[in-house]
Amino acid sequence: MDKAPLLEIRGLEKSFPGVQALQGVDFTVGRGEIHALMGENGAGKSTLIKVLTGVYNRDGGESRFEGRSIRPRSPREAEEAGISTVYQEVNLIPHLSVAENICLGRQTTRLGFVRWHAIRKRAEKALHRLDLTLDTSRQLSSCSVAIQQMVALARALDTSAKLLILDEPTSSLDEREVAELFKVMRKLRGEGMSIVFVTHFLGQVYQVCDRITVLRSGKHVGEYATAQLPRMELIARMIGKDVTEIEKMSRSRDRQPAPLSAQPFLQVTNYGRKGSVCPMDLAVRPGEVVALAGLLGSGRTETAKLIFGADQADSGEIDIEGRPVTIRSPRDALRYRIAFTTEDRKVDGIIPNLSVRENIVLALQASRGPWARMRRPEQNALAGRFIKALDIKTPGPEQPIKNLSGGNQQKVLLGRWLATEPKLFILDEPTRGIDVGAKAEIEKLIDALRKQGMAILFISSELEEVVRASQRVVVLRDGQKIGELTGDEISEQTIMRTIAAPTTDSEAVHPAQL
Amino acid sequence: MFWPLLALALLLLFDYLFTPGFFRLELRGGNLYGSRIDVLNQGARVMLVSLGMTLVIATGGVDLSVGTVMALAGTVAARLLVVDGYGFIAAVSGALGIALLAGAWNGVLVAYFNIQPIIATLILMVAGRGVAQLVSDGQIINFNDASMVFLGNGHFFRLPFTLTIVLFVFVGMWALTRQTAVGLFIEAVGDNPVASRYAGVNARLVTFLAYLLTGLCSGLAGLVASSNIKSADANHIGLYLELDAILAVVVGGTALTGGRFYLVNSLVGALLIQTLTTTMYARNISADIAPMPKALVIIAVCLLQSEKARRYLNQRFTRHQSAALPAITPSRAQP
Repeated sequence: MDKAPLLEIRGLEKSFPGVQALQGVDFTVGRGEIHALMGENGAGKSTLIKVLTGVYNRDGGESRFEGRSIRPRSPREAEEAGISTVYQEVNLIPHLSVAENICLGRQTTRLGFVRWHAIRKRAEKALHRLDLTLDTSRQLSSCSVAIQQMVALARALDTSAKLLILDEPTSSLDEREVAELFKVMRKLRGEGMSIVFVTHFLGQVYQVCDRITVLRSGKHVGEYATAQLPRMELIARMIGKDVTEIEKMSRSRDRQPAPLSAQPFLQVTNYGRKGSVCPMDLAVRPGEVVALAGLLGSGRTETAKLIFGADQADSGEIDIEGRPVTIRSPRDALRYRIAFTTEDRKVDGIIPNLSVRENIVLALQASRGPWARMRRPEQNALAGRFIKALDIKTPGPEQPIKNLSGGNQQKVLLGRWLATEPKLFILDEPTRGIDVGAKAEIEKLIDALRKQGMAILFISSELEEVVRASQRVVVLRDGQKIGELTGDEISEQTIMRTIAAPTTDSEAVHPAQL
Repeated sequence: MFWPLLALALLLLFDYLFTPGFFRLELRGGNLYGSRIDVLNQGARVMLVSLGMTLVIATGGVDLSVGTVMALAGTVAARLLVVDGYGFIAAVSGALGIALLAGAWNGVLVAYFNIQPIIATLILMVAGRGVAQLVSDGQIINFNDASMVFLGNGHFFRLPFTLTIVLFVFVGMWALTRQTAVGLFIEAVGDNPVASRYAGVNARLVTFLAYLLTGLCSGLAGLVASSNIKSADANHIGLYLELDAILAVVVGGTALTGGRFYLVNSLVGALLIQTLTTTMYARNISADIAPMPKALVIIAVCLLQSEKARRYLNQRFTRHQSAALPAITPSRAQP
């Protein structure tokens, strides 16, 4: 590694209308190292990567790859130069086979005809490099998210890459899958490949990275060897505060016991849907946070969708404040003052081309119906209030929401629902893919809402977060409720033990088999 | 807004310089006549239909049946007037009634049965002309009811009365979409249907409404079209008008993928297309080859609207410039 670095970026500049996204950023990646790119949302990580891979044009600066100056105009040009990227959202085509996805756009052909056999062989080889054996003729959408991620990785590696960029690859993986990914990353490093790793999970950085570059508000803060930068220092660099302040922030909150005597706002009995959620009982009281914990695919999101009416239940009853009701659509749920922020912001959260203001007023306007339009001053006031209260970083309320960073989009969506003054707030992975600072803010917000007497159903893959935020934890596995923890029982160990415990009811059937 | 207006201005400049008589205005019998007035009068049909089409396209759909609905409305009105001997009010109500019914049919198929808009409206596009033939008994029905003739040929404030109809419908549509939350909901549904549903928007109702209104607009356009020629021809009223209407909307900047829509821009787009058509007639270009120059102009406008094409042109331009003036650092186009 004492040779010249693989990638050297100097003084990179990039601005968008109203925002200077990168200001003279330096970034160096050595040969055969795993290099973490860290920073809060909006720090410029994604922009840096997109400039590097040719998605955006740069405004200024120099980048040298293997000693040569490069300036890719498209991701394809970057790939040809030896820089491959796996993006945060899996960018594959669900209806094609695994093999087709790996080789798409660079199929082996003879006389213009696709050679399927060669393609399958090539795909198998690429997967083998990741220690993965898989039927490559399988349709991609039938694979789990983790496998899809691996396929995306295999696709990136298929192009004889020298530098691999992984943009938030772990945000939809569970712990075992993350461990698998890390094994692969270390193997690739052993083969001499360099990897740029973008993540929000601090723990993962310390598990796998050699060096760390920190960005803040579009500027280069510093480059450090991982071993020489303690966690607290890293957070401090990222958010630009000093260490003592952070320790105050992250000190665990007092856990008030759940007021079990109170009447639940929501009580579902024997509620279920064939093929996704086994009939279950669940109650959420005003002023408490109930968390749904479990591995990915354990039915957390499905349960939330059922309660919200996005999917329809086919068994059981639901009571709101003691009265039986039926909820068959999100509009019904809205009427009973239930709010729901979804797991996948991009697919079922934001309305990308509409403004921040329109995204904020949408749910409240929907609950009032199409004819009672909110006047513009009222809309402006509402948007302004939430932009300020939630500290949404946007050039203005008329900015299309797609131009905001992930964390700020999430805050807009929280604002959209808070505007409807919900009594039950279902939050599905509200902190996924957003930075430490925004994460802390959202956790604080959840606690504040709880203290105001809101009932909250909270879903998160991060056990740490579940433990910090909730008064009660409902543990799910395979679409089934397998346990409930309250008060002092709640800890990462007990949750994991519950998930790992053998099923008491040996006759339990997987819901997919019903 | 800018590009279609620029194209319209350029086209008018071309006509001003090279098409003799295009800018001549005459006052005959107290009313204005001339090519530019023709554009407004003849363009009324495309303008009316494109107002409705804008909403449908904004929901992410498309309505291919607008031309057929025009024919249906025209023949129903003519039949009620001539064959059944009803008055003007009854004829217009009947025509608009059938147009609303057609819109509702499309709306139900698309919004409540989730049939792809192209297919759902194709059914009516093909079958509707048959229904119109049934209504008219296969005949071309001529009429001379004074009120009916006035719709497409009358004048109001020296201008063709059709303009009054367009203005009225435009204000109505604007009020219905922008003074209520319907416009916001249409844009939200077109932009991201799932997220809109989760936010509590009644996506089905909104989509249904867009098709219903398009039916109504097409009905009005059908009345104007048959009034223009004082007869109802089930085979030819509104033939290929869906293409002009879709083009007007797209030229006006509303994306075919749905989302943001611009009613005024669609009107400008419709005027652009009609000006092209009228220019061609004024220059004695045969109707058979007229679509070709029309297509060229439309492609040019669409390319000007495309970010990618603009960036490409920009880069070409700056590269040439920097080659000529090596001392100046080339400035990059913003994406």
